[in-house]
Amino acid sequence: MNSSEPLPPTDQSAPTESAANARNAGHSRRVFLFKLSLLLNGAVGAILAVPIVGYLLGPALKRTTNEDSWINLGPLTNFPEGETRLVNFRNPVTTPWDGQTGDIPCWVRHISGNDFQVFAINCAHLGCPVRWFAQSKLFLCPCHGGAYYEDGSRASGPPERGLFVYDHKIVANSLMISAGKMPTLAARNCGKPTLTQIQPSPTAAVASVEEPKHGEGPQSRNNTWPA
Amino acid sequence: MASLKERAIGVYNWFEQRLGLGAPAIEAAEHQIPSRTSSWWYVFGSAATVILVLQVVTGILLALVYSPSASHAWSSLEFLDHNVRLGWFLRAMHGWGSDFMVAIVLIHMMQVFLFGAYKFPRELTWIIGVCLLLLTLGMAFTGQVLRFDQDAYWGLGIGASIVSRVPFVGGALVDLMLGGPIIAGPALSRFFTLHVFVIPGILLALVGLHLLMVVRLGINDWPMPGRLVNKKTYVQEYHKLTEKTGIPFVPDAVWKDAVFTAVIMLAVMACALWFGPFGPTGQPDPTIIETAPKPDFAFLWIYAVLAYLPPSLETPVLFIAPVLIIGTMLLLPLVSGEGEKHWSRRPVAVLMVAVIAVTLGAFTRLGMYTPWSPIMDAWTSNPIPEADLKDRTPLERQGALVLQNKQCRNCHAIGGTGGMRGPALDSIASRMTEDQIIRQVLQGGGNMPAYGNALNPSETTALVHFLLTLRGGHLSPAVDASRKLALTNEQPPAQPKPPPSGGN
Repeated sequence: MNSSEPLPPTDQSAPTESAANARNAGHSRRVFLFKLSLLLNGAVGAILAVPIVGYLLGPALKRTTNEDSWINLGPLTNFPEGETRLVNFRNPVTTPWDGQTGDIPCWVRHISGNDFQVFAINCAHLGCPVRWFAQSKLFLCPCHGGAYYEDGSRASGPPERGLFVYDHKIVANSLMISAGKMPTLAARNCGKPTLTQIQPSPTAAVASVEEPKHGEGPQSRNNTWPA
Repeated sequence: MASLKERAIGVYNWFEQRLGLGAPAIEAAEHQIPSRTSSWWYVFGSAATVILVLQVVTGILLALVYSPSASHAWSSLEFLDHNVRLGWFLRAMHGWGSDFMVAIVLIHMMQVFLFGAYKFPRELTWIIGVCLLLLTLGMAFTGQVLRFDQDAYWGLGIGASIVSRVPFVGGALVDLMLGGPIIAGPALSRFFTLHVFVIPGILLALVGLHLLMVVRLGINDWPMPGRLVNKKTYVQEYHKLTEKTGIPFVPDAVWKDAVFTAVIMLAVMACALWFGPFGPTGQPDPTIIETAPKPDFAFLWIYAVLAYLPPSLETPVLFIAPVLIIGTMLLLPLVSGEGEKHWSRRPVAVLMVAVIAVTLGAFTRLGMYTPWSPIMDAWTSNPIPEADLKDRTPLERQGALVLQNKQCRNCHAIGGTGGMRGPALDSIASRMTEDQIIRQVLQGGGNMPAYGNALNPSETTALVHFLLTLRGGHLSPAVDASRKLALTNEQPPAQPKPPPSGGN
């Protein structure tokens, strides 16, 4: 322990008053320098913190533009009228090491004509994958039993709202959706109420009138992949 | 021989002269403890520490092979299980070690709480212990994510959905958590960093502090009813007690810790050997939606709570309850740092432990069989019991077909099979009249969707006629009392309409 401390003055050279004064002056100078060095390191730390914090918060600060982009889900002929089908698309933003996780499924409901609804796979409760049951016209969630009607509106269970809806448009006879971000209660594309809650009855009623043909067969859904 | 021993001592002294660690270490090991504390109740902390070491060692060994990339993590686990000699066993040890660690940390916490160990002067030891519990749970959750299978993928989805509900900054927090717009490579890298560097670093540092304080302040004395903790006199009394009844921790007391730890290690190894590693379940491919994600054992109770909370209470409870619970645990020693330590004089403490243990146990048990989840394939895999179809009219049998085809069984059990989300239908007609059943089926309510849009009138009629035959054997059918009254008021007693009966 002693080795790290400055050597104490030997007994023989008893400190004279002037020597003590000089040492005190030296001490106060060194304390000042020590404080200065703390300040310097504090400043260096603050400068260093800027890029580190920026790097860490990067994903959260990226608020420049919408991460969603338009994705082609395939020709309209893939989606028979009155059916709801599972469609997979490659997320527009991926890393080369994302593997299968970059493939995102969604439910496409062709109401009639050019009327479509595209629902996110994620339950509005806690994000589990909902499954479509064509016979009972319900989406059911395996996690906590959330249920949604065919138009995506909440039927029962713990979800507070209907299914998340992707914006869609039809370009050159193909169905395009605007996607790119996992839908959650906080994500932008879900801030507005679902389409279904704005225009529930007219199309839904038409669809249900057309549909009493109840020979749908055992197949509850078909997979289609965009070209 | 003697010369060999002398030479060994010489080597030790060479290092000791330079390092100087031996003397304080021996001093700490031999420190005096009150003899009563050499108890089988005081062994859980040691066991938790040793399991932590086991987790570090097995974790490092797994990292030799594991690939923390979203495209290869799952297959590297399969490779560990099937292509690396004893890889499966190390995965199993790490997985079971994690479950044991959570369990023993909880038991340790319960013990020190009931023994009043958090009181003066060990308040900070308890507070750091609470942090250690949270870090242990953090390790358990991030570890589950590294087992990058379907459960991990959708578990991250659940995590992101919970985080997204934080007011104002929810979206930014989700971005921070996932590191990108979706659950993918960056998310796994983040959880790898947390699980392998950040949390273990903090955990080991805090465990060091925790142990340092145990040695510095002395192990909690054996509580005696009526021996109250007083901040002015406690330290003096503790020293007096140690002087009077003191025994050296090593070797007089430590052997119990060592024996218990050995038993626990053997138990971990036995579980690993018999039950094998956890998963991985299906590939982390979001397009495979035929899955029912479930968290690991330590979090099943949260999964259950989330199923039972009313929707409107969910977000507040999710964010207020943890703050209250953790805050209470952290403040506990500061609020009640003095007084009685013995459990027999602290009925509220005992009651709290009992209530918390039963609550966690009950919710965990529920989480194991998830009665709230629809069974997605019940409608095609669980036939209607023959007895319920025998001697039925064609219309009623058609109704049974409707019941099956419309997936009613996914939520409703008949004959003990089917979902448990809704009530079992075996005796539905003894509880509900025809009108009530029709209304319930068409309009839903009480947590049941409305089927008015999914059933045409003839299907509804058939279904209701079948349901009216389900009276659990020979229970009498439900009757609408007001209907009877209405009929008697109108006419000379017309015979009350008998509900369509189903024979036996």
